[in-house]
Amino acid sequence: MSRLVVERRPRPSRWLSWAAPPLALLATLLAGALLFGLSGHDPLAALRAWFVSPLASLYGLGELGVKATPLVLVGTGLALGFRAGVWNIGAEGQLTVGAIAAGLVALATWGTEGAWIFPAMLAAGVLGGMAWAAVPAELRVRLGVNEILVSLMLVYVADLLLKALVFGPLKDPEGYGFPQSRLFDTPALAPILVPGTRLHLGALLALAAVLLAWAFTARTLGGFAWRVQGLAPRAARYAGFAEGRIVRLSFAVSGGLAGLAGALEVAGPIGQLLPSVSPGYGFTAIIVAFLGRLHPAGVLVAALVVALAYIGGENAQIEAGLPEAVTGVFQGLLLFFLLAAEFLVHYRIRRRGPAAAPRTSASSAETAA
Amino acid sequence: MTETVDGPAPLLELRGITKRFPGVVANDGVDLAVRPGEIHALLGENGAGKSTLVKILYGVLRPDAGEIRIDGRPVAVTGPHHARRLGIGMVFQHFTLFEALSVAENVALGLDRWPERRTLRARLAALAERYGLDLDLAREVHDLSAGERQRIEILRCLLQEPRLLVLDEPTSVLTPQEADRLFVTLRRLAAEGRGILYISHRLEEVVELCDRATVLRAGRVVATVDPRRETPATLARLMVGREVREPVRHHPDLAGAPVRLAARGLGLPPDRPHAVPLVDIRFELRAGEILGIAGVAGNGQRELVEALAGERPLPAAEMLELDGRPVGRVGPAGRRRLGLAVLPEERLGHAAVAELDLVDNALLTAWPQPDLVRYGTVRRRLVAAFAAGVVERFRVRTPGLRVPAAALSGGNLQRFVVGREIAQRPRVLVVDQPTWGVDAAAAAAVHRALVALAEEGAAVLLISRDLDEILRFCDRVAVLYRGRLSPPVPVGEVTLERLGLLMGGAGFAGRGTVVAS
Repeated sequence: MSRLVVERRPRPSRWLSWAAPPLALLATLLAGALLFGLSGHDPLAALRAWFVSPLASLYGLGELGVKATPLVLVGTGLALGFRAGVWNIGAEGQLTVGAIAAGLVALATWGTEGAWIFPAMLAAGVLGGMAWAAVPAELRVRLGVNEILVSLMLVYVADLLLKALVFGPLKDPEGYGFPQSRLFDTPALAPILVPGTRLHLGALLALAAVLLAWAFTARTLGGFAWRVQGLAPRAARYAGFAEGRIVRLSFAVSGGLAGLAGALEVAGPIGQLLPSVSPGYGFTAIIVAFLGRLHPAGVLVAALVVALAYIGGENAQIEAGLPEAVTGVFQGLLLFFLLAAEFLVHYRIRRRGPAAAPRTSASSAETAA
Repeated sequence: MTETVDGPAPLLELRGITKRFPGVVANDGVDLAVRPGEIHALLGENGAGKSTLVKILYGVLRPDAGEIRIDGRPVAVTGPHHARRLGIGMVFQHFTLFEALSVAENVALGLDRWPERRTLRARLAALAERYGLDLDLAREVHDLSAGERQRIEILRCLLQEPRLLVLDEPTSVLTPQEADRLFVTLRRLAAEGRGILYISHRLEEVVELCDRATVLRAGRVVATVDPRRETPATLARLMVGREVREPVRHHPDLAGAPVRLAARGLGLPPDRPHAVPLVDIRFELRAGEILGIAGVAGNGQRELVEALAGERPLPAAEMLELDGRPVGRVGPAGRRRLGLAVLPEERLGHAAVAELDLVDNALLTAWPQPDLVRYGTVRRRLVAAFAAGVVERFRVRTPGLRVPAAALSGGNLQRFVVGREIAQRPRVLVVDQPTWGVDAAAAAAVHRALVALAEEGAAVLLISRDLDEILRFCDRVAVLYRGRLSPPVPVGEVTLERLGLLMGGAGFAGRGTVVAS
């Protein structure tokens, strides 16, 4: 009568921490093939539509970049903050406010020329995101209010603000009453990097953000302070790293990057203000940040994987005729396997004899002393 | 050395208990027998396997091999509930009490079955009376002393009518007088035929109290002896396996020495519930001096360390002076730059970060030093060299600089963090409980480092609950009680008894004195 117990590994398994993501991907493919087969579709055709055809054309690769750009930008900022134990869950709202701020610049300069317009939109986006993020930061630092709740609730405020604007003052006067702004003028649009695709300058900015975040984390005293703050707040205080400053800065960085992502969305693929400017990039980026193990390079890879999962899902609906529900399940499977593999890096499952101990198995390694 | 087992049949017998953890054998064929009426000491350094053995006995851990016998019958203890039903009672080192509840309520909550309220009171009162456990059952726990809290735990245990009582480091939180009272209670319990397993590293106590002692070293029983025929020194040698040389402190003449650190009416209100407010603390610490601050745990040591380190700014700059300069409003890094180094008690999570490697943990407090950080970037090579120097000079046993702090034993990590502070050449060093939970060799190394630092002219403030440590290495001593500090006096002029009374609150003005006598 043996039973299975889950226990913490004395130290994370090294080979698994490298092998986990590919293994998870493989398991997803197998489970997906089974899922597609059971739902009456040709598994190979479905998987090809999902993973191969989006990558087979220049346009498709460009779309992958377009989709991954906001995820990388937001995910990088969030990863930095999460490492410092600062839980900004409201990047979606900061992204929305960034889009509004950039849109205001674009609409205010509509019909004029100037190379400064696009950079000004980006700056406005960053400032908008920072301002929105400053609210939870200040409330936590000054009053000890939980930043998770405040940042999350502000998402809905930002969403309503955007809707109020495009249904009201920013509505296109020649738009037949549709709730959307004018189409931005050319100077307010993001430069396209590769002709024939929608890949815009934002992709380069996202890469730059990854590199800067990497340098910050690995090389600077600030990056070290943030890490200590996240791992052991008391040690951070003892070392003389001011918690309030870390909280404020990390909200400014993650909010600013989310605002930048919002500005790039409206200046890039969207080209105007709509009642909704993001399919939830701000929330998906939380998953991206954790899938990437809160490491900038990991965030980059995770953003590409997640972007492919979404683009592939749409493509599979079109090409292989998969119902939306099935693609949703498949995307869920991918996350499930990735997280399960991550879990097994730190924990193992063992068979126990009949005299199984009822408790403390998870902590037995620490009690050796 | 090894005694033969005679007398009445053992109440508890452990035979060949073995427990392995990944990478370490915590218990290796341990034999131990406790007879009725016997106070049996379990001795060993930190990491010798005492805690593991107790956890096995209490059913929290399962042995890989071996047998537990109670009254000669083999039993498989499946958990703490089962252990209590078998008549094993446990008094832990860390109390599990609700601060805002009364004594009686706390006892009721700790029982396996919800007791009858009215009879419980009567039973508790009777037990307390019988064993000399003075307690006001209606009082709330938060204003009880550590000794009183411990009596609650013992009462709770006695309600179950245990035949074997296990106490884990019971005197670590007591004043000497409170400890003496505890011994009276324990002797009374033993006289009734109960067995007592007494875990301690205070060897003087063991010699005074216990009938037999089992000594563990590296998971094995190295001796079972009659402590009444031993001395603390011989027991220490058994535990450690070799002679440990502690340094000798020669009290210097400090008359003309400059005052390095001075607290001038230092006060700090509590920042969280049940924290201790610091009230009007005054002392002058001179160059070359080691000043000891004694006190029972939880009397403001943590708050004092935070206040001295600058983790919490003081209400007024003048409350703390460093070399004559007010530093009360200066932050931790600024104070370090001025030569004030502080080492808090808790190693992991406060003095060091468990997950970070030794280089990063060196950077943790060394970053304000010139050169290690330039233009905001960390000069990893210089930090690594600094960390390597600490490891070498203070003989930190580690597989490398790239291992997380949590992988080091308590003693080695303590060598590292003490070394980290001393290598920065502080003019004043404040240490809290620097040898708590470390092996004897590491403790001696820490003592040597502190004595040497003082001899070089630095000032050392040693906060410790270990009176032995304070009397051996300090020039003067003061007692911290409920956030107040008694005036420092030369150690040559105090007696252990006097210190014990102060630790119990006698002589502190304006306070309800909780004198244990």
